[in-house]
Amino acid sequence: MTRTAADPSAGRGVPRQRPARPGAGRSPLTAALLVLTALLAGSVTAGLAIGSVQVPPGQVWGILTHALGADWADPGWSRAWETIVLDVRAPRVLLGAVTGAGLAVVGTALQALVRNPLAEPYLLGVSSGASLGAVAVIVFGVTWLGPLSLSAAAFAGALGALLLVYATARTGGRITSARLILSGVAVASVLTAVMNLLLLTTDRGNEARAVLAWTLGGLGGVGWSALWLPGSALLLGIAVLVAQARNLNLLLAGEEAATTMGLDVARFRARLFVLLSLITGTLVAAAGPIGFVGLMTPHIVRLFVGGDHRRVLPTAALGGAVFLVWADIAARTVAAPVEIPVGVLTALCGGPFFLWLMRRDTRRGTDRGVA
Amino acid sequence: MTATDLHVDGVTLTAGARRLVRDVSLTARPGETVGLVGPNGSGKSSLLRAVYRVLRPDAGRVRVDGGDAWSLPVRRLARTVAAVVQDAAADFDLAVREVVAMGRTPHKRLLDGDTPEDACLIESALVAVGAGGLADRPFGRLSGGERQRVLIARALAQRPALLVLDEPTNHLDIRHQLEVLGLLRSLPATVLVALHDLNLAAYYCDRLYVLKDGEVTASGPPADVLTPRLLAEVYGVAGEVVLHSRTGRPHITFLPGEAAPGAGEAPEARPGGVG
Repeated sequence: MTRTAADPSAGRGVPRQRPARPGAGRSPLTAALLVLTALLAGSVTAGLAIGSVQVPPGQVWGILTHALGADWADPGWSRAWETIVLDVRAPRVLLGAVTGAGLAVVGTALQALVRNPLAEPYLLGVSSGASLGAVAVIVFGVTWLGPLSLSAAAFAGALGALLLVYATARTGGRITSARLILSGVAVASVLTAVMNLLLLTTDRGNEARAVLAWTLGGLGGVGWSALWLPGSALLLGIAVLVAQARNLNLLLAGEEAATTMGLDVARFRARLFVLLSLITGTLVAAAGPIGFVGLMTPHIVRLFVGGDHRRVLPTAALGGAVFLVWADIAARTVAAPVEIPVGVLTALCGGPFFLWLMRRDTRRGTDRGVA
Repeated sequence: MTATDLHVDGVTLTAGARRLVRDVSLTARPGETVGLVGPNGSGKSSLLRAVYRVLRPDAGRVRVDGGDAWSLPVRRLARTVAAVVQDAAADFDLAVREVVAMGRTPHKRLLDGDTPEDACLIESALVAVGAGGLADRPFGRLSGGERQRVLIARALAQRPALLVLDEPTNHLDIRHQLEVLGLLRSLPATVLVALHDLNLAAYYCDRLYVLKDGEVTASGPPADVLTPRLLAEVYGVAGEVVLHSRTGRPHITFLPGEAAPGAGEAPEARPGGVG
């Protein structure tokens, strides 16, 4: 028996398709990135201009370019404006952008790593772990690592919480949505309870009150020095994740399939858990736990650029930055002079989004956990 | 895409205290299409997992292309061996083209982009499984049969020398079953495929291995292996096997009304077993 004789499809003409250009078929990435970069520039300008003292956007740009060494702008602004823009608002707005971008890429990567669209650092208790670590350092006055103590403890707490949630949510090599969210909620509750216990029983009453405000997530009162660590962690994180984008894609196919396509899944996941905890830890140490940015942003950008991580990661980073800059503008203006913690606002948008996402996934029948 | 040989030497697999496969040896020569058949829970999937490097053997070796599959780096092996596994994929809004593009990953270095050659391979893999028109559709919206064909295209895009498939005809209608199996047979690559349908296995495979309770009970060309006696022993069913006058292949007609010869020792169906 010859091979051709056994091939029923031989000779059946299959219409030949035109080979498509690589990356075709989706709205172009470049366009999305350009639009988002322009949006981010506009948002940052707005963030610097808007506040109790309004600075005209033109003057904001004058102050910025002047500070960067360009002297073409006529310095017709007051010294007070310069201080407000450069020393008060700029670090805050930049930290907002860095935090938004960081949470968005962490959410994107987590969703692939645990193969679940509801994953994000806040819901999985990772942010709570980071908060507990940071609070423990403050309450017990730990200074082993000098100024790095806070971020190091937040990193350790984040990693611990992530591993705990992952271990409890995983049964038989699978993570169902229900178990994942339940483990995340349980771990977050316990960690938050321990943190509150520490704060309520400490004899450093004044510090405790300041920390309590920070645990709601806020960008107020930060200086330039608060930016270096989260900024570096974010740049490192984005570089590594973009380089690993193909491997993140493979995880979407399932762990066994990813292995057959050349990915050492266990090692990859362990390394990325450490990286994501590092980003989350430094962000939480600087800005407190801010929820739902990591959940919403990846899903929204996927609607525009599709699910390929080579496109999702950079667009999510920019989109998260834009979102949090505006959330912070709202936080300090809607109830002025009272400032609302930005985490409260993101939860106001994010909670309903979460519910919508859960319903959508149930309708699509992709929620293997409950079905 | 060239073919390689596969040697499974005395492989034993366990999951906890449960023995899945015991001392199984199997070979596939370059270009051969080898079928793995047997009842549910007989260890077919487990054996395939050991070949595509997901389930580590407790004893024995898996050699591909002369080297030990389990001592190669995962990525190196993925350039030689591709697999179509039974594992639900998450729905993350990937287009079909992007799903098939995953198959190119083991051939890529860090930050390598997709080349026109990749695009060509992806396109022709889709056309080969009759899914050329699906390239821009969202993978999550496909029917079960369409998904299965796209996953086979993904394995083809990997350009493997050995292709391992676990029940690739699941979810497919009969026409697509015939097309997919015909395609596998026409590939230059060596193919190891687990199948439920004995008549399809008889028609498309060069040789068959029959697994029962984790051990090989028979192997050889389909005409030698598929006998009424084997059907009774392995599956506990009665059947008549004739060489079909037009295909020249063994064809089984099951006889549900008759007791299997020696049915007293018929194995019980094992509920919840792994296929």
